[in-house]
Amino acid sequence: MADEVIGTKEVNFQDREVPDETVGEVFVNNPRMTARNVSVYYAEKLAVDDVTLDVGSSEVIAFVGPSGCGKSTLLRCFNRMNDTIDICRMEGKINIDGDDINDPKIDVVSLRARVGMVFQKPNPFPKSIFDNIAYGPRIHGLARDSVELDEIVERSLERAGLWSEVKDRLDQPGTSLSGGQQQRLCIARAIAVGPEVILMDEPCSALDPIATAKVEELISELREQYSIVIVTHSMQQAARVSDRTAYFHLGKLVEVGETKQIFTRPVHRLTEDYITGRFG
Amino acid sequence: MTRSTDSGLLSPQEAAVRVAASLKKRGRSERRFRYLGIAAITLSILFLVLLFAGIFTKGIPGMFQHYVTLDVVLDKGRMDPQGDMSEASLYSGDARGLVNESLLIALGSPEGRKAKRAARSILSSGSASRLTEFTLKHPELIGENVAVKFAVDDDIDSFMRGFISRETPESDRRINDETIEFVDRLDQASLISYEFSDYLFTGSASRDAEIAGIKGALIGSIWTLGVCLLIAFPLGVATAVYLEEIAPKNRMTEIIEININNLAAVPSVVFGIMGLAIFILVFGLPRSIPLVGGIVLALMTLPTIIISSRAAIRAVPPSIRDAALGIGASKMQTILHHVIPPAMPGMLTGTIIGMAQALGETAPLLMIGMVAFIVDVPGGVTEPATALPVQIFMWADFAERMFIQKTSAAIIVLLAFLITMNAGAIILRKKLERRWQ
Repeated sequence: MADEVIGTKEVNFQDREVPDETVGEVFVNNPRMTARNVSVYYAEKLAVDDVTLDVGSSEVIAFVGPSGCGKSTLLRCFNRMNDTIDICRMEGKINIDGDDINDPKIDVVSLRARVGMVFQKPNPFPKSIFDNIAYGPRIHGLARDSVELDEIVERSLERAGLWSEVKDRLDQPGTSLSGGQQQRLCIARAIAVGPEVILMDEPCSALDPIATAKVEELISELREQYSIVIVTHSMQQAARVSDRTAYFHLGKLVEVGETKQIFTRPVHRLTEDYITGRFG
Repeated sequence: MTRSTDSGLLSPQEAAVRVAASLKKRGRSERRFRYLGIAAITLSILFLVLLFAGIFTKGIPGMFQHYVTLDVVLDKGRMDPQGDMSEASLYSGDARGLVNESLLIALGSPEGRKAKRAARSILSSGSASRLTEFTLKHPELIGENVAVKFAVDDDIDSFMRGFISRETPESDRRINDETIEFVDRLDQASLISYEFSDYLFTGSASRDAEIAGIKGALIGSIWTLGVCLLIAFPLGVATAVYLEEIAPKNRMTEIIEININNLAAVPSVVFGIMGLAIFILVFGLPRSIPLVGGIVLALMTLPTIIISSRAAIRAVPPSIRDAALGIGASKMQTILHHVIPPAMPGMLTGTIIGMAQALGETAPLLMIGMVAFIVDVPGGVTEPATALPVQIFMWADFAERMFIQKTSAAIIVLLAFLITMNAGAIILRKKLERRWQ
């Protein structure tokens, strides 16, 4: 059990059942990112309450839970996307490979190159497919010349399983692709800057089942190389793609464990109620 | 057909009857609304047609004027007293005498001072310099006998147009009987022609309506607008970007925002007074110069540009910003690469509309002295100038009949510029517009 999880904030939750301590194993042997006692406030409102959790190397961890449980907020802490929200304030510590991501010495730009993000709605730039992928490497100076850049673009698209579909129309706008292709383009764009971790915020919620299947397939392929944190509302998706699952409720991390165990033998009653569809 | 007793709700039949009744009422009020709308649009189109018809019926004739074609012998000795064909020499020559002699010959050499004076009053006072300019342009024709068109005096022009009647007693007329007789003689000899006025676009301000043109005012307007654009566009876009993307949302920025919106509603003459008080009285800049005019108009245009630029920036979906930030673009890179480019059409549209507004503005320019009578075409932003709308304002004040027509002609030119600019804004927006997802 987590030693670091100590005490709770004086917050008047309507749901008294929320545990003070997380059930299950929050630590892993070879963590890529570690969150320790992370709390996030929007102004005075507590959105994430004292969460401690590891993200392992080469694993897919799924964040599940009802709307407003803080899973997306926590996800956005991992690459400091919450910095863009004025009223958002984070407490606690998040490390990547042992480096504190909130350390003033760490440039948020380099952090986001290490921790890529894929959003809920496919959001390609209104530019050509090529430029969509090439933008990241360009601003980070990853390619020494145009040949190298071409190679990065091709590799990234290949990795995202999109190369064969778009190789003949790289100069067409990224927005001309179908929704599923756009989302894979966004994944390729994130891969292109060579991240260690990819954060996915409900990446399939705007996609049809076939496109969803393709993205899930892609996630399974990418897990070899990257740590993937995926927020999802779909229990089946979490069960299909993730190695570990973390269940959040009202800002608290209620339970975390092997996906198989969470879905077959949940320990906490809230987890059980949620995954069996009794609420949420 | 009555209330169902248990629930207190209407029965379906009763509800249907009531809905049908209310439907009729709704239909009536919708029709009424539509007719009102059609009436309003018809009325505004009618007024627009009346406005344009009025301007064009007055303004198109104002673009033409009467000319007399005279055979002039370009006597070298008299045209070019110093004999070197230089500008100074030609301007010191006796062009006036040559023109007058040619006119008298065309009129059959009338005798007597009174008759000669009547004959001279036919030609515009700008005729001598017209002959000099002609010689400057065609130096090879010196010594030859050439046919040159000279503008007639504005009173004669009004007479030719029928605004001055022969029936009026001579004492009440602006031109005497002898002059009328001479004009008739020229007319019978087909020497008087009605042509597109070359003075309108090439002439500058003048007390003589027949040689007055808008060139100086037009150039002045271009200088002024140039200054205005150079100041207002970068400043407006930068302000909009700062307020939308960078500034923290707090009470301070809220106050700034409210004040910018208020500024958009401040009467333009107030900006003129401010320009006078600050730029001329405090900073000691000269009066009547396009630099000050441009700065004042820029201040006036700023709110328009800021408001439209902010709207354009806000229209860029936040998901694009997230995407850029998400792969590690810095704030500045996100703004420069992903926010400003798609917002540019909206910003430019606002700017062009603001510029069009500034082009038509008179009051602030009056306050800073750009209403002066300036004959020279301004060669820069620090030379005294006037602007097109101010020129129109000044001409509208003159009593001569011909100035009324020139005023209308200038208004057409101004309108043409405004319509071109607005059309440009629309085309630009259509062309650069990007579609999201």
